[in-house]
Amino acid sequence: MFSNILIWFVIVPVLMMAGLACCGNGNMKAIRGVMVTGSIVLLAMAVWLVVDFLGLRASGVADEMLYAGSWMWYKPLNIHLAVGVDGISVLMILLSAVIVFAGTFASWKINPLPKNFFLWFCLLSTGVFGFFISIDMFTMFMFYEVALIPMYLLIGVWGTGRKEYSAMKLTLMLMGGSAFLMLGLLGIYWHSAPEGGQLTWNILEISHNNSIDAGWQNLLFCFTFVGFGVLGAMFPFHTWSPDGHACAPTAVSMLHAGVLMKLGGYGCFRIAIFLLPSAAQELAWIFIVLTGISIVYGAFSACVQTDLKYINAYSSVSHCGMVLFAILMLNKTAMTGGILQMLSHGLMTALFFALIGMIYGRTHTRDIRQMGGLMKIMPYLGVCYMIAGFASLGLPGLSGFVAEMTIFFGAFENASLFHRVFVIAATTSIVITAVYILRVVGKLILGPVHDEHHLQLTDASWWERLSTVTLILCLAGIGFFPNWINETIQQSFVPIINALNLAAV
Amino acid sequence: MDYSQFGAMLPELIILGLFLVVFLLDTFTKDGSAKRFLTPVTTVLFGLAAVAIWLIPSCGTEVFGGMYVDSAACKAIKAILCIGVFIVLLQSSEWVESDEVAIRKGEFYELLFVTLFGMFLMISARHFLLFVIGLESASLPLAAMVAFNKKHYQSHEAAFKYIITAVFSSAVLLVGLSFVYALSGGSLYFDDIRAAIAGSEMSGLLVVALAFVIAGIGFKLSLVPFHLWTADVYQGAPTAITSYLSVISKGSAAFAFFVIFVQAFGTVYSGLWEWMMYAVIILTITIGNLFAIRQKNMKRFMAFSSISQAGYIMLGVMTESALGLGSMMYYIFVYVVSNLAVFGVISAIENKTGKVGMDDYDGLHKSNPWLSFAMTLAMFSLAGIPPFAGFFSKFLIFTSVTASGSMPLYMLVLVALINTIISLYYYLLVVKAIWINPGEAKVEAFRSAFTERLALWLCVGGIVFFGLVPCIYDYCVNTAALL
Repeated sequence: MFSNILIWFVIVPVLMMAGLACCGNGNMKAIRGVMVTGSIVLLAMAVWLVVDFLGLRASGVADEMLYAGSWMWYKPLNIHLAVGVDGISVLMILLSAVIVFAGTFASWKINPLPKNFFLWFCLLSTGVFGFFISIDMFTMFMFYEVALIPMYLLIGVWGTGRKEYSAMKLTLMLMGGSAFLMLGLLGIYWHSAPEGGQLTWNILEISHNNSIDAGWQNLLFCFTFVGFGVLGAMFPFHTWSPDGHACAPTAVSMLHAGVLMKLGGYGCFRIAIFLLPSAAQELAWIFIVLTGISIVYGAFSACVQTDLKYINAYSSVSHCGMVLFAILMLNKTAMTGGILQMLSHGLMTALFFALIGMIYGRTHTRDIRQMGGLMKIMPYLGVCYMIAGFASLGLPGLSGFVAEMTIFFGAFENASLFHRVFVIAATTSIVITAVYILRVVGKLILGPVHDEHHLQLTDASWWERLSTVTLILCLAGIGFFPNWINETIQQSFVPIINALNLAAV
Repeated sequence: MDYSQFGAMLPELIILGLFLVVFLLDTFTKDGSAKRFLTPVTTVLFGLAAVAIWLIPSCGTEVFGGMYVDSAACKAIKAILCIGVFIVLLQSSEWVESDEVAIRKGEFYELLFVTLFGMFLMISARHFLLFVIGLESASLPLAAMVAFNKKHYQSHEAAFKYIITAVFSSAVLLVGLSFVYALSGGSLYFDDIRAAIAGSEMSGLLVVALAFVIAGIGFKLSLVPFHLWTADVYQGAPTAITSYLSVISKGSAAFAFFVIFVQAFGTVYSGLWEWMMYAVIILTITIGNLFAIRQKNMKRFMAFSSISQAGYIMLGVMTESALGLGSMMYYIFVYVVSNLAVFGVISAIENKTGKVGMDDYDGLHKSNPWLSFAMTLAMFSLAGIPPFAGFFSKFLIFTSVTASGSMPLYMLVLVALINTIISLYYYLLVVKAIWINPGEAKVEAFRSAFTERLALWLCVGGIVFFGLVPCIYDYCVNTAALL
């Protein structure tokens, strides 16, 4: 079991928690030592995993899931601890590792109770990594919930503003989603094999058995898609997102918007569509409507906000809606775009939240009406903010452009009028995004200095620079070399497209 | 009479022996001298007894003409309850030494063992006569225990409420049983009842009989609408008794409920009474949850929380399968450790400071980080959050309920799942009070007694360990097949 590299993505955060538990409460040096070592190890493991994965694929290994392993857990219900990764999960693991790394540095001076903060932060990362390595529905669901609950304390204790309200709202809404999700998973399990066969939680075996009849598929598809959709901030279940993100501490916003919201998209892709393909074809239109609304509505809402975090949170609703929208188009090009968008949005939004946290830490306000001309005061942060903004509005050379172009090309492949109308509607979001991004950049970064006191503020410190540079490099990496990503995920779409074709016949 | 039949009743005999030992020690030692050792001796002896009950094999034999059965499942649930009682003994060891109670501590242990003996009989009974004997000896001494805080009027009030409802519910149960006696043609053996009513029409008499039996046992389990005594009794009773009442008494009654409804009435499990159970379960979970939200006193809070937890345990009854029984036993185990962890913290704080209000917990993490930590884990476990055991027990019981694939059961699980969100809300209120609410800690820093800490560590260990490690669940499901 321990010879499997994937298991170590869960073990390392647990070890970090054990290490933190041994640190004294105020001993910042030891706490940072544990966190930095741990996140570097995770990042190194993730990079190694990607390289080794590409090597294996290049040498012609064609299994659906590599590094697969499966260990019996709860025997009476055939629950396994089953792990395995394909190209998509590998990239998601890399994304998580990058954001955990950047988040550690972004919360360098967290106060109060630094030890407890990082304990919950590590539990959150355990859940995230565990989710991406699992191929057993039970393990997946367990890690999913492990990732949700630390949010309550992270926002409630270390957040700002109406933190108690937001923390409770976020936790209850996400748990509400997972209640529906759980019912969906139970239904899938009890129909996972033909009459008399061995029931299973393993998603590969379920897809292979293909034994869920159409009526049940429709019901379960709604349950699972809504369940994951809540975390993917799908309209009308997105309302936790603006409040939650606005009140969360920096590193938590980064991890939550950067990675946790991707759990929703990934889960829709991996469970709702992969396991229930005929229902996906039949019912996709409902969710295309809802995600279409998310995209446009999120972008418009962002235009009228004055709090930087609210702007970014609504922009996340719009961009994450794009991910689900792309996946629902049910063809390879659009799905490729969806995965690219997950990566791109994860990095970009993490960068945004990191920068907002840094600005807020200096000016003690997030209201754009009370700030201005930050480029003159803190040029480094100003430039970074502009880069993040350009990535967000899809400037070529950065990741957003690649992702959104691919999505819209793929989505337009669907010839029906319904699809075309919604694709065209969704493309308007590009323009609206430009409006709210340029509005902030113009006022906040380039405009005249608003407050004399701000002139005394300092620019980024070394840990802040490290955090942001990592993210910007990754953003530009995707923008300039999208092919590399494309190759990694190519093969991952084969099983899902096969399942969809099989169901269409 | 063949006296070797008593050999099959080893768990009961062990508890009875323990009762006698404590009784003699209590009677023949003088106050202030050897009596000092009563508490540690009893605790250690009970620990040994619990280990013995875990270890003795069950032969699956029926004795006394089939009135009593020594099956693997019965022994497993007794062993699980023994862990709970051991933890309760550890938690109460500080309280029984307090000035007000110390003089009567012998009585506390004697009454406790008598009730435990009664519960064991209830679990193993396969005849309603033995069942009622067990039920009575499990509930009447409890009233005396509830009244243990002689000088507090609330304790008296609680005991009075408890005894009235206990007696009343027994009466209701007995009326129901007399109808059952008529229906079965003059036998109270579970098997005979099952055979007699198999295939019979759903007659008016049968419906009334079932309703009365459900009501009678429902009082013990505090299912809605028979729950009205719960909050007052839980609040008024000494905390050690409350925790005993909420986990051990409830766990044994739930198991007995399953046995009765599968073995005696299993054949009429359809139509009207199935809907009766749906209604009772949904009401129990929902009303327990909704009332818990408003509570400001931790003991009342736990009373409503335990009402809703009883609803989740009852889900296991709806399955009627070995898988369901196993999941239910596992749920009871997890419920025992989680609830006792909460009560451990409540009683530790109450013993030191006398505070039981939820707002007294504001900022507790500043003064007592370890108690806060234990309380947080226990709340997460009760709410069903992974990686703690409560998540696994909830998931497994929901899975076993949906096994039959019938749509009403799916909807029942959906209602239960939505209720987990409501319960998460009020469990988080406690977490919020401890970690988030501003201001200085209202409870000063203190170090609780060794036994209390040991009990808490056992509970926390159970919460963290026995979810991730499936051994207890496997054990429960394996033994449940041999009911």
